[in-house]
Amino acid sequence: MANSYRVLRKRILASGIKEMDIYAPRIARVAMPGQFIMVMADEGGERIPLTLVDWSKVEGWIRIVFQEVGVSTMKLGLFEPGESLYYVSGPHGTPTHVSKLNTVVIVAGGVAIAAAYPIAKAFRDVGSRVISIIGAKNSSLLIYEEEIKSVSTEIHISTDDGSRGIRGFTSDVLESLLASGLKPDLVWMVGPTIMMKVCSAIAKRYGVRAVASLNPIMVCGMGMCGACRIRVDGRIRFACFEGPEFDASSVEWDELILRLQMYREEEQLSLKRFLEGGGHI
Amino acid sequence: MSKIKSRVLIPKREPLERLKDFNEVALGYSEKEALEEASRCIQCPSKPCVQGCPVEIDIPRFIKLIRERRYEEAYKVIKDKCPIPAITGRVCPQEKQCEKLCTLAKFGKPIAIGALERFVADWAREKGVYIEVRNSNFNSKNGKIAVIGSGPAGIVVASDLLRLGYEVTIFEALHVPGGVLTYGIPEFRLPKRIVNDEIKCLVESGVNIELGFIVGKTITIYDLLKEFNAIFIGTGAGHPRFLEIPGENLSYIYTANEFLTRINLMKAYLFPYYDTPIRKGKYVAVIGGGNTAMDAARSALRLGAEKVFVLYRRTKSEMPARREEIANAEEEGVEFIFLVQPIEFIGNSLGAVSEIKLMKMRLGEPDETGRPKPIPTDETISIQVDVVINAIGFHPNPLVPMTTPEIKVDKRGRIIVDKEGRTTMPKVYAGGDIVVGEGTVIEAMGWGRIAARTIDRDMSFL
Ligand SMILES: Cc1cc2nc3c(=O)[nH]c(=O)nc-3n(C[C@H](O)[C@H](O)[C@H](O)COP(=O)(O)OP(=O)(O)OC[C@H]3O[C@@H](n4cnc5c(N)ncnc54)[C@H](O)[C@@H]3O)c2cc1C
Ligand SMILES: Cc1cc2nc3c(=O)[nH]c(=O)nc-3n(C[C@H](O)[C@H](O)[C@H](O)COP(=O)(O)OP(=O)(O)OC[C@H]3O[C@@H](n4cnc5c(N)ncnc54)[C@H](O)[C@@H]3O)c2cc1C
Ligand code: SF4
Ligand code: SF4
Ligand code: FES
Repeated sequence: MANSYRVLRKRILASGIKEMDIYAPRIARVAMPGQFIMVMADEGGERIPLTLVDWSKVEGWIRIVFQEVGVSTMKLGLFEPGESLYYVSGPHGTPTHVSKLNTVVIVAGGVAIAAAYPIAKAFRDVGSRVISIIGAKNSSLLIYEEEIKSVSTEIHISTDDGSRGIRGFTSDVLESLLASGLKPDLVWMVGPTIMMKVCSAIAKRYGVRAVASLNPIMVCGMGMCGACRIRVDGRIRFACFEGPEFDASSVEWDELILRLQMYREEEQLSLKRFLEGGGHI
Repeated sequence: MSKIKSRVLIPKREPLERLKDFNEVALGYSEKEALEEASRCIQCPSKPCVQGCPVEIDIPRFIKLIRERRYEEAYKVIKDKCPIPAITGRVCPQEKQCEKLCTLAKFGKPIAIGALERFVADWAREKGVYIEVRNSNFNSKNGKIAVIGSGPAGIVVASDLLRLGYEVTIFEALHVPGGVLTYGIPEFRLPKRIVNDEIKCLVESGVNIELGFIVGKTITIYDLLKEFNAIFIGTGAGHPRFLEIPGENLSYIYTANEFLTRINLMKAYLFPYYDTPIRKGKYVAVIGGGNTAMDAARSALRLGAEKVFVLYRRTKSEMPARREEIANAEEEGVEFIFLVQPIEFIGNSLGAVSEIKLMKMRLGEPDETGRPKPIPTDETISIQVDVVINAIGFHPNPLVPMTTPEIKVDKRGRIIVDKEGRTTMPKVYAGGDIVVGEGTVIEAMGWGRIAARTIDRDMSFL
């Protein structure tokens, strides 16, 4: 019954942000941009969703990039090449609808810049002009700049403190591009929910179609539990198999933001216990 | 006939004691009790009880063997028809199955067939008796069969076809096999070590189980057909339904599936020793009146809730849950509010549910299910809560039909099959909850048995 999800390579991209290649040939064989995996580091672990950042059908590996924000991601970060994760399933979710467009603007913030990479690449590969806007808190947390650059026609960078690129948020960059007369066919966004909420409002104001890749809390990843439900256009939708991408202007952002904070207390308790226990598995 | 002895009751732990943990409530017969209960069976030559068992266990025969203390042989008789007797003995709705047709049911004292089945299965587990399920003509057939879903339907198909000599692989999306047996039915009714042992037995007999395979995503039906001669779909009815009323996405409003999955599959009741959290409410409302609602309510009490209310839109006599489970819930202190229908959830400034608005109902004429239809009055009431569990039911899991248009579904999303379990796509069969909507463990197993026979027959013509 056991499958081996061996870690092949591991790279530290920034403080607390890690990239990992995992041997998972059957996922690599069918993965598409916009899809994700469910991961359990060890037997007692949570099932957490992580975006497929890259993969090789031929070599049978998949790549994830994650930020260590709580126990599950910290446990994952402990794995070294040669060791195997307890469980990986996928690809989950509906792939990004990629077609040749004149101009696509990709907006990505924080660790999610990596998640935007396969999307930018896919739009570029079909011949669209790709304008990427990436941003982070500060220059040391800015990841995947080279990768994004390699698949973009144009790249804009922002940091909250101005230590790299423009001082401000990715949404500020989006606003100024649209204000200067840019008329993209699509704004595709991924990142912190508040960033997506703001970018969505900006796109709406300029009458530009926008799609957001959402990140609600998940348990099953296959339409069985309803943990990932969000409200789009007034209707309940399951992000894990109808999404994770939805029309950004129809998402009820405030509800999603509140639902993401549901386990604050429990997460802190869990983290405290984990760290007091020495922070190992 | 007033001399018929009463049924030997299955011993249970005391309510106050059992509320402290998730350990099993019903303790099972001692040998003495089993012998006493078995002695009541009058060994009816026409075996009416067997008619009530979808997997056709030879009930009088195994009971007779219990009487003779030939437990290993009794186990063989049961295992011959049922691959998971420690499970069916515990969770079958026997009162609607075998025990309903027992001759002694006419006198209100049917034989406790389930409890006896459980006794034999537990005896065998304790003694480490393991019965090779392959039969002598193993390898006489060749064919590779893919089974999708490792719930009770899939388990029976796998076990039956393995015995007939086929090579069987089960594909399961989750990280543990068992379907609802693993993620849905709580530990206090069905200990997970028992589910594990029953499945281990299947694996040791030669069934291959692939976990983390989401059919329709990791691999399609079309791909599977290139490698396998036939496919059985047993993906269940695990897609939750919603009330479609305001406030349904407020925090701490769970679907029963999420609540129970966190607890059973992810062991959130052991948080923080296991990483998956769950909100332990003080005032918990469970909406619905079925087994799922009882399981959710009793789990919430065990997590430490002060009060748990079950909100049901009809009255107690219409509740679809098993009587035994309703009684267990009552004993444990679950409170029932009948004739109410939620119409709105109200939240606090943090987006957490704090109140449910309920419409009072009255009973009207019977509807298509034969039960009186609940009709709204114009009176509303409110209750204060901090956790809500929606247990109003499930839709069939849409993943496989969604990705395989050749497999036709009806308007409720159930896969359409003929009487013998064939779907509208050649070489593809289905059974269990994906076909009937919400059924029972034993019904799903009955479907599995039918489909396995059909697959074997159809394969013989190839
Ligand atoms: C479809 C999808 C794809 C994702 N892809 C990635 C990815 O490629 N890389 C990555 O680092 N993360 C990704 N996430 C988020 C990731 O799943 C969470 O960061 C992870 O579950 C946190 O678990 P934890 O136990 O480490 O932290 P927790 O203890 O659960 O949480 C710690 C902090 O993180 C916040 N948090 C928890 N869950 C989420 C979430 N789902 N989204 C955003 N914040 C959250 C909490 O509010 C809390 O402040 C994705 C989420 C989804 C739904
Ligand atoms: C809380 C609860 C309590 C219950 N209590 C009882 C009881 O006491 N007695 C009783 O008789 N019945 C009970 N039932 C009903 C009973 O559990 C079901 O009728 C029965 O499990 C149905 O069996 P199944 O094999 O059709 O599907 P399931 O048990 O639902 O199994 C389906 C399996 O398929 C997997 N799957 C789904 N989609 C895919 C996919 N695309 N690829 C791979 N795998 C997939 C799922 O993960 C799951 O493991 C209860 C149900 C619930 C929810
Ligand atoms: S499997 Fe269920 S229906 Fe059949 S004899 Fe056992 S308890 Fe009765
Ligand atoms: S019907 Fe009842 S009494 Fe008769 S053989 Fe079956 S179990 Fe025994
Ligand atoms: S995560 Fe379970 S339904 Fe989406």
